[in-house]
Amino acid sequence: MSTIVLEHVSRWYRNVVAVNDVSMTIGPGVTGLLGPNGAGKSTLIAMMSGFLAPSTGTVTLDGEPLWRNEAVYRKIGLVPEREALFDYLTGRQFVVANAELHGLADPGAAAQASIALVEMTDAQDRTISTYSKGMRQRIKMASSLVHDPSVLLLDEPFNGMDPRQRMHLMELLRTMGAEGRTVLFSSHILEEVEQVARQIEVVVAGRHAASGDFGAIRRLMTDRPNRFVLRTDDDRTMASALLADDSVRGARLRPEGGIEIEASDFGRFSQVLPRLARDHGIRLLEVTPTDESLESVFAYLVSA
Amino acid sequence: MSVAFSTTVARIGVQSVFGRRRGVLLFVLPAVLVGLAVLVRLLVGEDELAARHTLYGLGLVVVVPLVALLATTGLLAPEIDDGSISYLLAKPISRYTIVLSKLAVAAACVVAFAVVPVLAAGLVLRTGDPAFGLGFALGALAGGLAYCALFALLSVLTRHAVVVGLIYLLIWESLLGGLLDGVRWLSVSRWSAAIAEPVADVPLVDGLGMGYALVANVVVIVLGVWLTGRRLRAFNLTGDE
Repeated sequence: MSTIVLEHVSRWYRNVVAVNDVSMTIGPGVTGLLGPNGAGKSTLIAMMSGFLAPSTGTVTLDGEPLWRNEAVYRKIGLVPEREALFDYLTGRQFVVANAELHGLADPGAAAQASIALVEMTDAQDRTISTYSKGMRQRIKMASSLVHDPSVLLLDEPFNGMDPRQRMHLMELLRTMGAEGRTVLFSSHILEEVEQVARQIEVVVAGRHAASGDFGAIRRLMTDRPNRFVLRTDDDRTMASALLADDSVRGARLRPEGGIEIEASDFGRFSQVLPRLARDHGIRLLEVTPTDESLESVFAYLVSA
Repeated sequence: MSVAFSTTVARIGVQSVFGRRRGVLLFVLPAVLVGLAVLVRLLVGEDELAARHTLYGLGLVVVVPLVALLATTGLLAPEIDDGSISYLLAKPISRYTIVLSKLAVAAACVVAFAVVPVLAAGLVLRTGDPAFGLGFALGALAGGLAYCALFALLSVLTRHAVVVGLIYLLIWESLLGGLLDGVRWLSVSRWSAAIAEPVADVPLVDGLGMGYALVANVVVIVLGVWLTGRRLRAFNLTGDE
Protein backbone atom coordinates (compact mmCIF):
# COMPACT_ATOMS: atom_id res chain seq x y z
CA MET A 1 0.00 0.00 0.00
CA SER A 2 1.54 3.28 -1.10
CA THR A 3 0.46 6.88 -0.90
CA ILE A 4 1.63 9.87 -2.91
CA VAL A 5 1.24 13.21 -1.15
CA LEU A 6 1.47 16.58 -2.85
CA GLU A 7 1.63 19.55 -0.50
CA HIS A 8 1.20 23.06 -1.86
CA VAL A 9 2.94 22.09 -5.05
CA SER A 10 3.53 24.71 -7.72
CA ARG A 11 5.57 24.42 -10.85
CA TRP A 12 6.37 27.15 -13.28
CA TYR A 13 8.39 27.29 -16.47
CA ARG A 14 10.03 30.71 -16.48
CA ASN A 15 6.99 32.99 -16.15
CA VAL A 16 4.34 30.43 -17.11
CA VAL A 17 2.61 28.72 -14.20
CA ALA A 18 1.84 25.09 -15.10
CA VAL A 19 0.71 23.92 -11.66
CA ASN A 20 -0.53 26.31 -9.00
CA ASP A 21 -0.57 25.43 -5.29
CA VAL A 22 -1.93 21.90 -5.63
CA SER A 23 -2.34 19.71 -2.57
CA MET A 24 -3.70 16.19 -2.95
CA THR A 25 -3.24 12.70 -1.59
CA ILE A 26 -3.32 9.73 -3.94
CA GLY A 27 -3.95 6.53 -2.04
CA PRO A 28 -4.61 2.89 -2.95
CA GLY A 29 -7.27 2.30 -5.57
CA VAL A 30 -7.79 3.94 -8.93
CA THR A 31 -7.63 7.73 -9.12
CA GLY A 32 -8.46 9.64 -12.26
CA LEU A 33 -6.68 12.91 -12.95
CA LEU A 34 -9.21 14.75 -15.06
CA GLY A 35 -8.65 17.98 -16.90
CA PRO A 36 -8.51 19.53 -20.34
CA ASN A 37 -5.36 19.47 -22.44
CA GLY A 38 -2.78 21.86 -21.04
CA ALA A 39 -4.30 21.80 -17.55
CA GLY A 40 -1.08 20.60 -15.93
CA LYS A 41 -1.82 16.87 -15.72
CA SER A 42 1.45 15.77 -17.35
CA THR A 43 3.39 18.19 -15.16
CA LEU A 44 1.74 16.70 -12.07
CA ILE A 45 2.50 13.13 -13.21
CA ALA A 46 6.10 14.11 -14.00
CA MET A 47 6.45 15.42 -10.45
CA MET A 48 4.76 12.32 -8.99
CA SER A 49 7.18 10.10 -10.90
CA GLY A 50 10.34 11.98 -9.92
CA PHE A 51 10.94 13.43 -13.37
CA LEU A 52 10.35 17.03 -12.44
CA ALA A 53 11.15 19.06 -9.36
CA PRO A 54 8.35 21.19 -7.94
CA SER A 55 9.18 24.90 -7.95
CA THR A 56 7.65 25.10 -4.47
CA GLY A 57 5.98 22.54 -2.21
CA THR A 58 6.77 18.86 -1.73
CA VAL A 59 5.89 15.62 -3.48
CA THR A 60 6.48 12.41 -1.53
CA LEU A 61 5.83 8.70 -1.90
CA ASP A 62 5.30 7.04 1.47
CA GLY A 63 7.16 9.94 3.04
CA GLU A 64 10.15 9.69 0.69
CA PRO A 65 10.95 12.56 -1.68
CA LEU A 66 10.57 11.61 -5.35
CA TRP A 67 13.00 14.07 -6.90
CA ARG A 68 16.54 12.75 -7.36
CA ASN A 69 15.69 9.52 -5.58
CA GLU A 70 16.22 6.53 -7.86
CA ALA A 71 15.20 4.05 -5.16
CA VAL A 72 11.52 5.06 -5.51
CA TYR A 73 11.36 3.31 -8.88
CA ARG A 74 11.22 -0.03 -7.07
CA LYS A 75 7.67 0.95 -6.19
CA ILE A 76 6.67 2.96 -9.26
CA GLY A 77 5.57 1.81 -12.67
CA LEU A 78 5.36 4.68 -15.15
CA VAL A 79 3.57 4.79 -18.48
CA PRO A 80 4.57 8.09 -20.12
CA GLU A 81 2.34 9.79 -22.66
CA ARG A 82 5.06 10.08 -25.27
CA GLU A 83 5.01 7.25 -27.71
CA ALA A 84 8.73 6.95 -28.33
CA LEU A 85 10.12 3.55 -27.39
CA PHE A 86 13.19 1.60 -28.34
CA ASP A 87 11.82 0.93 -31.80
CA TYR A 88 14.70 -1.32 -32.85
CA LEU A 89 13.90 -3.86 -30.11
CA THR A 90 11.15 -6.45 -30.19
CA GLY A 91 8.37 -6.10 -27.65
CA ARG A 92 9.78 -9.00 -25.66
CA GLN A 93 13.35 -7.66 -25.70
CA PHE A 94 12.02 -4.32 -24.47
CA VAL A 95 10.08 -5.76 -21.54
CA VAL A 96 12.90 -8.18 -20.63
CA ALA A 97 15.34 -5.22 -20.64
CA ASN A 98 13.03 -3.37 -18.27
CA ALA A 99 12.89 -6.43 -16.00
CA GLU A 100 16.70 -6.71 -16.03
CA LEU A 101 17.10 -3.04 -15.19
CA HIS A 102 14.88 -3.61 -12.16
CA GLY A 103 17.26 -6.36 -11.11
CA LEU A 104 14.56 -9.05 -11.07
CA ALA A 105 15.66 -12.60 -10.34
CA ASP A 106 14.00 -14.08 -13.42
CA PRO A 107 13.57 -11.29 -15.98
CA GLY A 108 12.33 -13.65 -18.71
CA ALA A 109 9.49 -15.07 -16.64
CA ALA A 110 8.49 -11.67 -15.26
CA ALA A 111 8.43 -10.26 -18.79
CA GLN A 112 6.29 -13.14 -20.06
CA ALA A 113 3.76 -12.69 -17.25
CA SER A 114 3.59 -8.97 -17.86
CA ILE A 115 3.26 -9.35 -21.63
CA ALA A 116 0.48 -11.89 -21.15
CA LEU A 117 -1.33 -9.52 -18.82
CA VAL A 118 -1.63 -6.92 -21.58
CA GLU A 119 -2.43 -9.56 -24.22
CA MET A 120 0.68 -8.97 -26.31
CA THR A 121 2.05 -12.51 -26.30
CA ASP A 122 1.32 -13.07 -30.01
CA ALA A 123 3.06 -9.87 -31.11
CA GLN A 124 5.96 -9.96 -28.63
CA ASP A 125 8.57 -11.05 -31.18
CA ARG A 126 7.84 -8.28 -33.66
CA THR A 127 9.98 -5.15 -33.56
CA ILE A 128 8.28 -2.25 -31.84
CA SER A 129 8.58 -0.13 -34.99
CA THR A 130 5.86 -2.33 -36.55
CA TYR A 131 3.41 -1.84 -33.64
CA SER A 132 0.19 0.14 -33.87
CA LYS A 133 -0.47 2.96 -31.41
CA GLY A 134 -2.56 0.68 -29.21
CA MET A 135 0.08 -2.04 -29.21
CA ARG A 136 2.74 0.47 -28.22
CA GLN A 137 0.54 1.58 -25.38
CA ARG A 138 0.14 -2.02 -24.21
CA ILE A 139 3.84 -2.86 -24.41
CA LYS A 140 4.51 0.31 -22.41
CA MET A 141 2.03 -1.02 -19.85
CA ALA A 142 3.81 -4.37 -19.79
CA SER A 143 7.17 -2.68 -19.19
CA SER A 144 5.76 -0.63 -16.32
CA LEU A 145 4.14 -3.66 -14.65
CA VAL A 146 7.07 -6.04 -14.98
CA HIS A 147 8.39 -5.41 -11.45
CA ASP A 148 4.95 -5.65 -9.83
CA PRO A 149 4.93 -2.02 -8.62
CA SER A 150 2.71 -0.77 -5.80
CA VAL A 151 2.20 2.52 -7.65
CA LEU A 152 1.19 2.79 -11.28
CA LEU A 153 1.21 6.19 -12.98
CA LEU A 154 -0.25 6.45 -16.46
CA ASP A 155 -0.32 9.61 -18.56
CA GLU A 156 -3.27 9.54 -20.99
CA PRO A 157 -3.15 5.73 -21.28
CA PHE A 158 -6.28 5.39 -23.39
CA ASN A 159 -4.99 7.54 -26.24
CA GLY A 160 -4.91 5.62 -29.49
CA MET A 161 -6.62 2.51 -28.15
CA ASP A 162 -9.54 0.94 -29.93
CA PRO A 163 -12.72 0.28 -27.91
CA ARG A 164 -11.82 -3.33 -27.13
CA GLN A 165 -8.32 -2.46 -25.97
CA ARG A 166 -9.80 0.41 -23.97
CA MET A 167 -12.22 -1.92 -22.17
CA HIS A 168 -9.40 -4.34 -21.47
CA LEU A 169 -7.14 -1.66 -20.03
CA MET A 170 -10.00 -0.31 -17.92
CA GLU A 171 -10.58 -3.78 -16.52
CA LEU A 172 -6.86 -4.15 -15.86
CA LEU A 173 -6.70 -0.84 -14.00
CA ARG A 174 -9.78 -1.75 -11.94
CA THR A 175 -8.13 -5.06 -10.99
CA MET A 176 -4.89 -3.30 -10.05
CA GLY A 177 -6.82 -0.86 -7.90
CA ALA A 178 -8.80 -3.65 -6.25
CA GLU A 179 -5.53 -5.41 -5.43
CA GLY A 180 -4.56 -2.41 -3.32
CA ARG A 181 -2.20 -0.73 -5.74
CA THR A 182 -2.14 3.03 -6.03
CA VAL A 183 -3.16 3.63 -9.62
CA LEU A 184 -3.34 7.13 -11.07
CA PHE A 185 -4.18 7.86 -14.66
CA SER A 186 -4.79 11.11 -16.46
CA SER A 187 -7.43 11.77 -19.04
CA HIS A 188 -9.24 14.67 -20.60
CA ILE A 189 -12.35 12.56 -21.20
CA LEU A 190 -14.89 12.50 -18.39
CA GLU A 191 -16.49 9.22 -19.50
CA GLU A 192 -13.16 7.38 -19.35
CA VAL A 193 -12.50 8.59 -15.84
CA GLU A 194 -15.94 7.87 -14.45
CA GLN A 195 -15.85 4.30 -15.76
CA VAL A 196 -12.63 3.38 -13.97
CA ALA A 197 -11.78 5.76 -11.17
CA ARG A 198 -13.04 5.51 -7.65
CA GLN A 199 -11.61 8.91 -6.91
CA ILE A 200 -11.43 11.85 -9.32
CA GLU A 201 -9.13 14.85 -9.05
CA VAL A 202 -10.09 17.64 -11.43
CA VAL A 203 -7.31 19.94 -12.58
CA VAL A 204 -8.06 23.02 -14.64
CA ALA A 205 -5.56 25.69 -15.65
CA GLY A 206 -2.98 24.34 -13.23
CA ARG A 207 -5.30 24.48 -10.25
CA HIS A 208 -6.87 21.67 -8.26
CA ALA A 209 -10.46 22.49 -9.12
CA ALA A 210 -12.37 19.62 -7.50
CA SER A 211 -11.87 16.33 -5.74
CA GLY A 212 -14.05 13.37 -4.83
CA ASP A 213 -15.79 10.37 -6.30
CA PHE A 214 -17.78 10.82 -9.45
CA GLY A 215 -20.99 11.31 -7.46
CA ALA A 216 -19.40 14.11 -5.46
CA ILE A 217 -18.18 15.85 -8.60
CA ARG A 218 -21.62 15.56 -10.11
CA ARG A 219 -23.30 16.82 -6.94
CA LEU A 220 -20.93 19.76 -7.00
CA MET A 221 -22.51 20.68 -10.29
CA THR A 222 -26.12 19.92 -9.52
CA ASP A 223 -26.87 20.31 -5.81
CA ARG A 224 -26.18 23.99 -5.50
CA PRO A 225 -27.41 27.02 -7.35
CA ASN A 226 -25.25 27.80 -10.33
CA ARG A 227 -24.99 31.29 -11.72
CA PHE A 228 -24.66 32.13 -15.37
CA VAL A 229 -24.69 35.18 -17.53
CA LEU A 230 -26.53 34.75 -20.82
CA ARG A 231 -26.38 37.07 -23.79
CA THR A 232 -29.09 36.60 -26.37
CA ASP A 233 -30.71 38.60 -29.13
CA ASP A 234 -33.89 38.87 -27.02
CA ASP A 235 -32.98 38.90 -23.33
CA ARG A 236 -36.46 39.75 -22.01
CA THR A 237 -38.25 36.88 -23.76
CA MET A 238 -35.46 34.46 -22.87
CA ALA A 239 -35.63 35.48 -19.19
CA SER A 240 -39.37 34.98 -18.96
CA ALA A 241 -39.19 31.64 -20.75
CA LEU A 242 -36.49 30.41 -18.37
CA LEU A 243 -38.33 31.63 -15.25
CA ALA A 244 -41.25 29.47 -16.27
CA ASP A 245 -39.04 26.39 -15.93
CA ASP A 246 -38.37 24.65 -12.60
CA SER A 247 -34.65 24.43 -13.19
CA VAL A 248 -34.26 28.20 -12.86
CA ARG A 249 -34.59 29.89 -9.49
CA GLY A 250 -34.07 33.47 -10.56
CA ALA A 251 -33.36 35.73 -13.51
CA ARG A 252 -32.30 39.37 -13.62
CA LEU A 253 -31.90 41.61 -16.61
CA ARG A 254 -28.59 43.43 -16.37
CA PRO A 255 -28.55 47.14 -17.18
CA GLU A 256 -25.52 46.64 -19.40
CA GLY A 257 -27.29 43.87 -21.31
CA GLY A 258 -27.55 40.12 -20.75
CA ILE A 259 -29.39 38.07 -18.14
CA GLU A 260 -28.11 36.78 -14.82
CA ILE A 261 -29.52 33.34 -14.18
CA GLU A 262 -29.49 31.28 -11.02
CA ALA A 263 -30.11 27.66 -11.92
CA SER A 264 -31.13 25.21 -9.21
CA ASP A 265 -30.76 22.07 -11.31
CA PHE A 266 -27.78 22.37 -13.56
CA GLY A 267 -28.40 19.12 -15.42
CA ARG A 268 -31.91 20.07 -16.38
CA PHE A 269 -30.96 23.69 -17.06
CA SER A 270 -28.31 22.65 -19.57
CA GLN A 271 -30.95 20.67 -21.48
CA VAL A 272 -33.77 23.22 -21.19
CA LEU A 273 -31.78 26.29 -22.23
CA PRO A 274 -31.07 25.38 -25.86
CA ARG A 275 -34.56 23.94 -26.30
CA LEU A 276 -36.30 27.08 -25.01
CA ALA A 277 -34.08 29.27 -27.15
CA ARG A 278 -34.96 27.26 -30.21
CA ASP A 279 -38.70 27.18 -29.40
CA HIS A 280 -38.78 30.97 -29.01
CA GLY A 281 -36.56 31.65 -31.99
CA ILE A 282 -33.95 33.25 -29.76
CA ARG A 283 -30.30 33.24 -30.65
CA LEU A 284 -27.93 32.42 -27.77
CA LEU A 285 -24.80 34.53 -28.07
CA GLU A 286 -23.02 33.65 -24.84
CA VAL A 287 -23.43 31.36 -21.82
CA THR A 288 -20.89 32.11 -19.11
CA PRO A 289 -20.76 30.52 -15.67
CA THR A 290 -20.00 33.20 -13.08
CA ASP A 291 -19.54 31.10 -9.97
CA GLU A 292 -15.87 31.89 -9.45
CA SER A 293 -14.91 28.82 -7.44
CA LEU A 294 -16.47 26.37 -9.83
CA GLU A 295 -16.33 28.27 -13.05
CA SER A 296 -13.43 26.31 -14.36
CA VAL A 297 -14.93 22.97 -13.39
CA PHE A 298 -18.19 23.79 -15.07
CA ALA A 299 -16.56 25.15 -18.15
CA TYR A 300 -14.58 22.01 -18.50
CA LEU A 301 -17.18 19.45 -17.51
CA VAL A 302 -19.83 21.09 -19.65
CA SER A 303 -17.55 21.09 -22.66
CA ALA A 304 -16.65 17.47 -22.01
CA MET B 1 22.82 3.85 -5.35
CA SER B 2 25.98 1.94 -6.16
CA VAL B 3 27.59 2.48 -9.54
CA ALA B 4 28.09 -0.60 -11.68
CA PHE B 5 28.30 -1.57 -15.33
CA SER B 6 24.91 -2.59 -16.75
CA THR B 7 25.04 -5.10 -19.57
CA THR B 8 21.39 -4.31 -20.35
CA VAL B 9 22.09 -0.58 -20.87
CA ALA B 10 25.18 -1.45 -22.93
CA ARG B 11 23.25 -4.01 -25.03
CA ILE B 12 20.48 -1.52 -25.79
CA GLY B 13 23.21 1.03 -26.52
CA VAL B 14 24.86 -1.20 -29.11
CA GLN B 15 21.51 -1.81 -30.79
CA SER B 16 20.82 1.93 -30.68
CA VAL B 17 24.10 2.83 -32.43
CA PHE B 18 23.89 0.18 -35.12
CA GLY B 19 20.10 0.14 -35.40
CA ARG B 20 20.11 3.59 -36.98
CA ARG B 21 21.20 4.59 -40.43
CA ARG B 22 23.96 6.89 -39.29
CA GLY B 23 25.69 3.90 -37.70
CA VAL B 24 26.91 3.15 -41.24
CA LEU B 25 29.10 6.27 -41.05
CA LEU B 26 31.08 4.54 -38.32
CA PHE B 27 32.28 2.09 -40.96
CA VAL B 28 32.86 4.74 -43.64
CA LEU B 29 35.19 6.99 -41.63
CA PRO B 30 37.85 4.36 -40.81
CA ALA B 31 37.57 2.97 -44.33
CA VAL B 32 38.42 6.42 -45.70
CA LEU B 33 41.39 6.72 -43.33
CA VAL B 34 42.85 3.33 -44.15
CA GLY B 35 42.08 3.80 -47.86
CA LEU B 36 43.87 7.14 -47.89
CA ALA B 37 46.82 5.65 -46.01
CA VAL B 38 47.13 2.95 -48.67
CA LEU B 39 46.95 5.62 -51.39
CA VAL B 40 49.61 7.78 -49.75
CA ARG B 41 51.88 4.78 -49.28
CA LEU B 42 51.47 3.83 -52.93
CA LEU B 43 52.02 7.38 -54.20
CA VAL B 44 54.84 8.63 -51.98
CA GLY B 45 56.20 5.50 -50.36
CA GLU B 46 57.22 5.26 -46.71
CA ASP B 47 57.46 9.01 -46.12
CA GLU B 48 57.56 10.26 -42.51
CA LEU B 49 56.12 13.72 -43.25
CA ALA B 50 53.24 12.43 -45.38
CA ALA B 51 52.51 9.72 -42.82
CA ARG B 52 52.51 12.23 -39.97
CA HIS B 53 50.16 14.62 -41.79
CA THR B 54 47.77 11.82 -42.69
CA LEU B 55 47.51 10.35 -39.20
CA TYR B 56 47.41 13.70 -37.45
CA GLY B 57 45.37 15.78 -39.91
CA LEU B 58 42.90 13.09 -40.85
CA GLY B 59 43.17 10.55 -38.04
CA LEU B 60 43.43 12.52 -34.80
CA VAL B 61 41.70 15.72 -35.93
CA VAL B 62 38.89 14.31 -38.10
CA VAL B 63 38.20 10.58 -37.73
CA VAL B 64 38.65 10.22 -33.96
CA PRO B 65 36.36 13.13 -32.96
CA LEU B 66 33.75 12.25 -35.59
CA VAL B 67 33.63 8.59 -34.52
CA ALA B 68 33.30 9.70 -30.88
CA LEU B 69 30.59 12.20 -31.84
CA LEU B 70 28.59 9.68 -33.87
CA ALA B 71 28.86 6.93 -31.26
CA THR B 72 28.19 9.04 -28.18
CA THR B 73 25.36 11.16 -29.52
CA GLY B 74 23.84 8.04 -31.13
CA LEU B 75 23.74 6.50 -27.67
CA LEU B 76 22.24 9.38 -25.74
CA ALA B 77 20.83 12.21 -27.85
CA PRO B 78 17.96 10.41 -29.65
CA GLU B 79 16.69 8.85 -26.41
CA ILE B 80 16.76 12.19 -24.65
CA ASP B 81 15.18 13.91 -27.62
CA ASP B 82 12.22 11.53 -27.90
CA GLY B 83 11.88 10.88 -24.16
CA SER B 84 12.49 7.13 -24.41
CA ILE B 85 15.38 7.52 -21.95
CA SER B 86 12.67 7.64 -19.26
CA TYR B 87 12.49 3.83 -19.55
CA LEU B 88 16.12 3.66 -18.45
CA LEU B 89 15.78 6.38 -15.85
CA ALA B 90 12.59 5.06 -14.22
CA LYS B 91 14.65 2.28 -12.70
CA PRO B 92 16.33 1.90 -9.32
CA ILE B 93 19.82 2.20 -10.79
CA SER B 94 22.41 4.93 -10.44
CA ARG B 95 22.49 7.50 -13.23
CA TYR B 96 26.25 6.99 -13.30
CA THR B 97 25.65 3.32 -14.11
CA ILE B 98 23.68 4.46 -17.16
CA VAL B 99 26.30 7.02 -18.21
CA LEU B 100 29.26 4.68 -17.69
CA SER B 101 27.58 1.75 -19.44
CA LYS B 102 26.73 3.92 -22.44
CA LEU B 103 30.21 5.43 -22.46
CA ALA B 104 31.70 1.94 -22.40
CA VAL B 105 29.87 1.25 -25.67
CA ALA B 106 31.04 4.58 -27.10
CA ALA B 107 34.62 3.77 -26.01
CA ALA B 108 34.38 0.36 -27.67
CA CYS B 109 33.24 2.10 -30.87
CA VAL B 110 36.19 4.49 -30.62
CA VAL B 111 38.57 1.56 -30.25
CA ALA B 112 37.01 -0.40 -33.12
CA PHE B 113 36.40 2.46 -35.55
CA ALA B 114 39.16 4.94 -34.69
CA VAL B 115 42.02 3.47 -32.63
CA VAL B 116 42.42 0.22 -34.58
CA PRO B 117 42.10 1.96 -37.99
CA VAL B 118 44.67 4.60 -36.89
CA LEU B 119 47.01 1.79 -35.87
CA ALA B 120 46.37 -0.01 -39.16
CA ALA B 121 46.90 3.19 -41.17
CA GLY B 122 50.12 3.81 -39.22
CA LEU B 123 51.39 0.34 -40.06
CA VAL B 124 50.48 0.85 -43.71
CA LEU B 125 52.21 4.22 -43.86
CA ARG B 126 55.32 3.21 -41.91
CA THR B 127 55.54 -0.54 -41.99
CA GLY B 128 59.10 -0.49 -40.75
CA ASP B 129 58.30 1.60 -37.67
CA PRO B 130 55.46 0.03 -35.65
CA ALA B 131 55.99 2.53 -32.78
CA PHE B 132 54.80 5.26 -35.14
CA GLY B 133 51.35 3.75 -35.56
CA LEU B 134 51.23 2.70 -31.91
CA GLY B 135 51.92 6.26 -30.73
CA PHE B 136 49.11 7.65 -32.86
CA ALA B 137 46.81 4.84 -31.71
CA LEU B 138 47.50 5.78 -28.07
CA GLY B 139 46.77 9.41 -28.89
CA ALA B 140 43.58 8.36 -30.66
CA LEU B 141 42.50 6.32 -27.63
CA ALA B 142 43.10 9.14 -25.16
CA GLY B 143 41.51 11.76 -27.40
CA GLY B 144 38.60 9.48 -28.29
CA LEU B 145 37.74 8.86 -24.64
CA ALA B 146 37.88 12.58 -23.83
CA TYR B 147 35.68 13.38 -26.81
CA CYS B 148 33.17 10.72 -25.72
CA ALA B 149 32.89 12.28 -22.25
CA LEU B 150 32.59 15.74 -23.78
CA PHE B 151 29.91 14.74 -26.29
CA ALA B 152 27.99 12.78 -23.64
CA LEU B 153 27.76 15.98 -21.62
CA LEU B 154 26.73 17.86 -24.74
CA SER B 155 23.97 15.28 -25.37
CA VAL B 156 22.38 15.93 -21.99
CA LEU B 157 22.80 19.70 -22.22
CA THR B 158 21.31 20.36 -25.65
CA ARG B 159 18.88 18.74 -28.04
CA HIS B 160 21.17 19.71 -30.89
CA ALA B 161 24.21 17.81 -29.66
CA VAL B 162 25.36 16.68 -33.12
CA VAL B 163 25.19 20.16 -34.63
CA VAL B 164 26.82 21.82 -31.61
CA GLY B 165 29.47 19.08 -31.58
CA LEU B 166 30.24 19.61 -35.26
CA ILE B 167 30.45 23.37 -34.81
CA TYR B 168 32.79 22.87 -31.86
CA LEU B 169 35.00 20.55 -33.90
CA LEU B 170 35.08 22.83 -36.94
CA ILE B 171 35.47 26.17 -35.16
CA TRP B 172 37.46 25.34 -32.04
CA GLU B 173 39.47 22.24 -32.83
CA SER B 174 40.12 22.86 -36.54
CA LEU B 175 39.85 26.56 -37.35
CA LEU B 176 40.96 28.28 -34.14
CA GLY B 177 43.27 25.40 -33.24
CA GLY B 178 45.12 26.05 -36.47
CA LEU B 179 45.14 29.85 -36.16
CA LEU B 180 45.74 30.49 -32.50
CA ASP B 181 48.62 28.81 -30.78
CA GLY B 182 47.14 29.15 -27.30
CA VAL B 183 44.16 26.95 -28.19
CA ARG B 184 46.44 23.92 -27.79
CA TRP B 185 46.03 24.15 -24.01
CA LEU B 186 42.30 23.57 -24.36
CA SER B 187 42.15 21.35 -27.43
CA VAL B 188 41.48 17.63 -27.15
CA SER B 189 43.05 16.86 -30.53
CA ARG B 190 46.23 18.75 -29.51
CA TRP B 191 46.33 16.79 -26.27
CA SER B 192 45.99 13.52 -28.14
CA ALA B 193 48.82 14.65 -30.45
CA ALA B 194 50.96 15.44 -27.41
CA ILE B 195 50.29 11.94 -26.06
CA ALA B 196 51.16 10.40 -29.45
CA GLU B 197 54.36 12.41 -29.84
CA PRO B 198 56.83 10.66 -27.50
CA VAL B 199 55.79 7.13 -28.52
CA ALA B 200 55.58 7.84 -32.25
CA ASP B 201 58.73 9.94 -31.93
CA VAL B 202 57.52 12.74 -34.22
CA PRO B 203 57.03 16.49 -33.55
CA LEU B 204 53.31 17.35 -33.63
CA VAL B 205 52.57 20.23 -31.22
CA ASP B 206 55.04 22.66 -29.71
CA GLY B 207 55.24 23.36 -26.01
CA LEU B 208 52.63 20.91 -24.81
CA GLY B 209 54.00 18.17 -22.60
CA MET B 210 52.59 14.65 -22.48
CA GLY B 211 52.06 15.05 -18.72
CA TYR B 212 49.82 18.06 -19.14
CA ALA B 213 47.92 16.37 -21.98
CA LEU B 214 47.30 13.23 -19.90
CA VAL B 215 46.10 15.19 -16.87
CA ALA B 216 43.88 17.43 -19.02
CA ASN B 217 42.45 14.35 -20.71
CA VAL B 218 41.63 12.68 -17.39
CA VAL B 219 40.08 15.90 -16.06
CA VAL B 220 37.79 16.15 -19.10
CA ILE B 221 36.77 12.48 -18.83
CA VAL B 222 36.05 12.63 -15.09
CA LEU B 223 34.26 15.99 -15.28
CA GLY B 224 32.28 14.91 -18.33
CA VAL B 225 31.06 11.69 -16.70
CA TRP B 226 30.28 13.41 -13.41
CA LEU B 227 28.36 16.31 -14.96
CA THR B 228 26.48 14.01 -17.37
CA GLY B 229 25.34 11.77 -14.50
CA ARG B 230 24.42 14.80 -12.44
CA ARG B 231 22.37 16.20 -15.28
CA LEU B 232 20.61 12.85 -15.83
CA ARG B 233 19.64 12.75 -12.15
CA ALA B 234 17.72 15.94 -12.77
CA PHE B 235 16.21 14.85 -16.07
CA ASN B 236 12.87 16.51 -16.80
CA LEU B 237 10.44 14.25 -18.58
CA THR B 238 8.30 17.16 -19.72
CA GLY B 239 11.35 18.80 -21.28
CA ASP B 240 9.68 22.18 -21.44
CA GLU B 241 12.43 24.17 -19.84
